[in-house]
Amino acid sequence: MIARISLRVGVLMYLAAILLIPVGLVFWRAFEHGVGPAWDAVTTPGAKHAFWLTLEIAAIAVPLNTIFGIVCALAIVRHRFPGKGVLNAVVDLPLALSPVVVGLSIVLLYGRDGWLGSLPFQVLFATPAMVLATIFVSLPFVVREVVPVLREIGTDQEEAAATLGAGAFSTFRRVTLPAIRWAVAYGVILTTARALGEYGAVRVVSGNIEGKTQTMTLLVQDSYDNYDITGAYAASVLLAMIAIATLLLMTMFRPREERT
Amino acid sequence: MAVDAAAVRVPAAVRTPRFAEVAGGGFIVGYLSLVVLLPLAALAAEAGNFEHAVTNREALSALKLTLGLALAVALVNAVVGTATAWVLVRDEFRGKRLVNAVIDLPFALPTIVAGLTLLALYGPRGSSGINLAYTRAGVLVALLFVTLPFVVRTVQPVLLELDTEMEEAAASLGARSTAIFRRIVFPNLLPAILSGVALAFARAVGEFGAVVLISGNLPFKTEMASVYIFGRIQSNDAAGAASLSLVLLLISFATLLVVGALRRWATRHDRQD
Repeated sequence: MIARISLRVGVLMYLAAILLIPVGLVFWRAFEHGVGPAWDAVTTPGAKHAFWLTLEIAAIAVPLNTIFGIVCALAIVRHRFPGKGVLNAVVDLPLALSPVVVGLSIVLLYGRDGWLGSLPFQVLFATPAMVLATIFVSLPFVVREVVPVLREIGTDQEEAAATLGAGAFSTFRRVTLPAIRWAVAYGVILTTARALGEYGAVRVVSGNIEGKTQTMTLLVQDSYDNYDITGAYAASVLLAMIAIATLLLMTMFRPREERT
Repeated sequence: MAVDAAAVRVPAAVRTPRFAEVAGGGFIVGYLSLVVLLPLAALAAEAGNFEHAVTNREALSALKLTLGLALAVALVNAVVGTATAWVLVRDEFRGKRLVNAVIDLPFALPTIVAGLTLLALYGPRGSSGINLAYTRAGVLVALLFVTLPFVVRTVQPVLLELDTEMEEAAASLGARSTAIFRRIVFPNLLPAILSGVALAFARAVGEFGAVVLISGNLPFKTEMASVYIFGRIQSNDAAGAASLSLVLLLISFATLLVVGALRRWATRHDRQD
């Protein structure tokens, strides 16, 4: 009994010291001088632009990764083909790879001396490269959520639909898609959170030009470097609130068996 | 009339039509090539050899520090992550659901915000009175923050499914609780702990956003590999940056191979394919 309680207290103290107190402090610091300065800091033209640019990048990256995630999960679970192991490894890679390395790879490919360095439109230090970096880092989430569910539901219902005369497309739309929709939704939440919050990879490919290629996370760092502490904490609070909203959605959508 | 056995089991219409298979395969290969493979190939081409990474003293020092800190992070997470998962599954207390939800916060919170967050508590003028800015301890805390969920989230589902009957049997035969944990619970959790630890290790090796503010990037003291690479990019030394990047890429691949092997080992009894 004493061991149980001391373990509980130890774990909770660790969580408080590493996680809860620091995050709570950011809120306190941002509103230290009242709501006014914090509000002013996140409504400057530069901050507004950063906000919309962040949303724009996510609005392109998330749907693309969702479609890719579903197609890729179907291929992994329902088809046999050579190189499946490699496909699995490549899809997981963004989870284990440094975002700076991701950014550098894109810079080297689209940079002046890169293989794709002379495209007719600007890629590097502009939105396309930032979208590419965001797609790279948020690639695995939908795939990883959908694969186990596809494996679990099996093919019985799809076979029944097919025997009753449904074509491949309507079987997918009427049987498979409804069965995996919660897993897709959960994957989309994780993808969106990662896309909105990416820093390292976007930092490397963006050039960090205020009012042009500055996203929310870059704004946080820029404000901090320019000793605009209130601005940095205010933008952080905005991002932290997005993160907390993500957590709430994750708790709602988490597959049953993982709940405690 | 002869019935085709194969056709009865899998009606032809369930199989993906040929054109969809080709289109889907082409889409996957094209998408991955454009987003992942081509950039990484460009990186490998630029890196050429590891000469810079293994001969430049600053690069070597950054790599050593990174690997050392990542190992420390892995060890701390193995213990604390397992303990946290145990408390979340086997213990009962008010607010447990909240604590369970909060565990994922480091996944959801942008890394740069995580770094700033830690400075608010452990930075200069930080509220705790402890100043960890520009120290290795500060970098370690930042890495512990971002890797917190990995072991908890891999161990928790295994612990949930673990039948308590074996433990009860051992207890009724007179085993002490430490012996029960060591002989019964721990062996069952080991694959999950190890794969969580491996993921946390990989994450710590590559982390950038959370450490860039708190580390101060002092060469030979607090400079991490990812921050060193970033510095090389800023000073237009593509070859130097690519060289150490390739080392990190290989570490990531190796870690994923280990995780994959652990997953196959853990599920060796209940896999169909």
